[in-house]
Amino acid sequence: MDVTAIRRDFPILNRQIHGQPLVYLDNAATTHKPRPVLEAMMAFCRDSYGNAHRGAHTLSDEAGAAYEDARERVRRFIHAAAAREIVFTRGTTESINLVADSFGRRFVEAGDEILVTTMEHHSNIVPWQVLGERTGAVLKSVPLDDDGHLQLDQLEGLITERTRLMAVTCVSNVTGVVNDLGHIVRLAHERNVPVLVDGAQAVQHMPVDVQALDCDFFAFSGHKMYADTGIGILYGKEKWLEAMPPYQTGGGMIDRVRFDHTSFAELPYKFEAGTGNVVAAVSLAAAIDYLEGIGLDKIAAHEQQLMAYATVRITALDGVRLYGRDEGRCGALSFNLENIHPFDVGAILDELGIAVRTGAHCAEPLMDHFGVAGMIRASLAVYNTPAEIDRLLDGLQRARAMLAPDLSVRRGAYNAG
Amino acid sequence: MPDDLTINDIQDRIIDEMSSLNNGLARYEYLIGLGRNLPVPYADIRTDANAMPGCQSSVWIVAEMNHGRMNYKVDSDSLITRGMLALLLRVVNNRPAHEIAGCDLYFLERIGLRSHLSPSRANGLSAMVNLLQGAAVAALSADESFD
Repeated sequence: MDVTAIRRDFPILNRQIHGQPLVYLDNAATTHKPRPVLEAMMAFCRDSYGNAHRGAHTLSDEAGAAYEDARERVRRFIHAAAAREIVFTRGTTESINLVADSFGRRFVEAGDEILVTTMEHHSNIVPWQVLGERTGAVLKSVPLDDDGHLQLDQLEGLITERTRLMAVTCVSNVTGVVNDLGHIVRLAHERNVPVLVDGAQAVQHMPVDVQALDCDFFAFSGHKMYADTGIGILYGKEKWLEAMPPYQTGGGMIDRVRFDHTSFAELPYKFEAGTGNVVAAVSLAAAIDYLEGIGLDKIAAHEQQLMAYATVRITALDGVRLYGRDEGRCGALSFNLENIHPFDVGAILDELGIAVRTGAHCAEPLMDHFGVAGMIRASLAVYNTPAEIDRLLDGLQRARAMLAPDLSVRRGAYNAG
Repeated sequence: MPDDLTINDIQDRIIDEMSSLNNGLARYEYLIGLGRNLPVPYADIRTDANAMPGCQSSVWIVAEMNHGRMNYKVDSDSLITRGMLALLLRVVNNRPAHEIAGCDLYFLERIGLRSHLSPSRANGLSAMVNLLQGAAVAALSADESFD
């Protein structure tokens, strides 16, 4: 894999931030778009734009075809059995909300249980919590060990006859820990519990096969895999999607509308009320082409190598605490410098042109587990290089020199003026 | 603090002092220095009731009016945020509440902190400003002797 050539595909990487070349290490938040994605969006808007599925004119047909083509590319990308199992949403968050709402209305009652884990992103916790408040169902969570891994020996005991669904991330958006989904799905299925997988931090880093995984739902976002914002995917096994009521209602998802009765469209349209984000779908198809053009396994190898390098370099810093086990870390690595607020480090790094994320990373239960309010997260993409990791390290050393804690505490009144 | 200086005099003085800091890193260095030197209040104010919501670093602010003047006690776990608080307090602490309530803190933009004033920015500088000024407004309206 030729990273130099790949970097040329991403025009934004030429940007200067505060007079320094950009080092973008916030890829777990969102990734940048390569030229083929930008050009596909531009070409579609310029030459073919219309509302998908809405009219008997050429542009509408072309938009509809582009939308369905994107759906088919997604199906192949995650190896789903059929395109009708691919529902377009606004993002991973909406995909999970769809399941929590729709699956919840059909299958969840007071006293039932939903099982999540302590490492989940808030968008894989709060929808289930709200479902619990609405139905009287109980939210349970698989605890973590000191390394930030799921305590899988507890899983069996946590799945009861009242468990209606288990929701678990494939890859932690904070620690980069990769969960053993094969084991989890097998165990859950032995008890007839369906599994929803949050794949938002996985699909851009590793090949995914939802049939081999045998998960029941798989949610991810376009904008974390080099496509546009505003499009997400919900894969669901047909048997579940068929059994679930519509999420939102309105145009595009109906069969017949009468004032005394409305019947709903077939899958996947039953779950796609309103005008879909066709431009973002076009970008998604182009992004999948781009990823597959390079090869997911080559991307994975490149990123793993870079992650190993970053781990070694950051571990060598004095007074650094890295969270999560080093082996197998994927995509993101989070850490803190001793007695220095992560926000302050992030501010200094930004001045040096280095983009990282600081804070709780939408994972407060995970922060509580590690006993911290926030962390510094560096997250990788296909276009990152060892030289950028070196820039990060220089930046961290600079930040630490500026922020080194002075432990003497002065108490007193302020002197004004 | 000599009473003949107005809030705007202090703001202009800060703008002048910081005019030589011509890049963001130098400004941060300056703020960090202010943050280190900002005394921690005698009484621990790090309680939930004093915490300012919606900020990535924790910020605690206590405000009270004495003889028409506002006294603030502040704290934060971030050095840069403490530096910002130190600057703000230099301008508003012990000033008459009515002067704080009506003032325009234009110096923040003029010293290169404009980007920190956007509501989406995680450090909550604009929230701190609102809280400090809001406390003055609230103290005034609660004070029946105010005319």
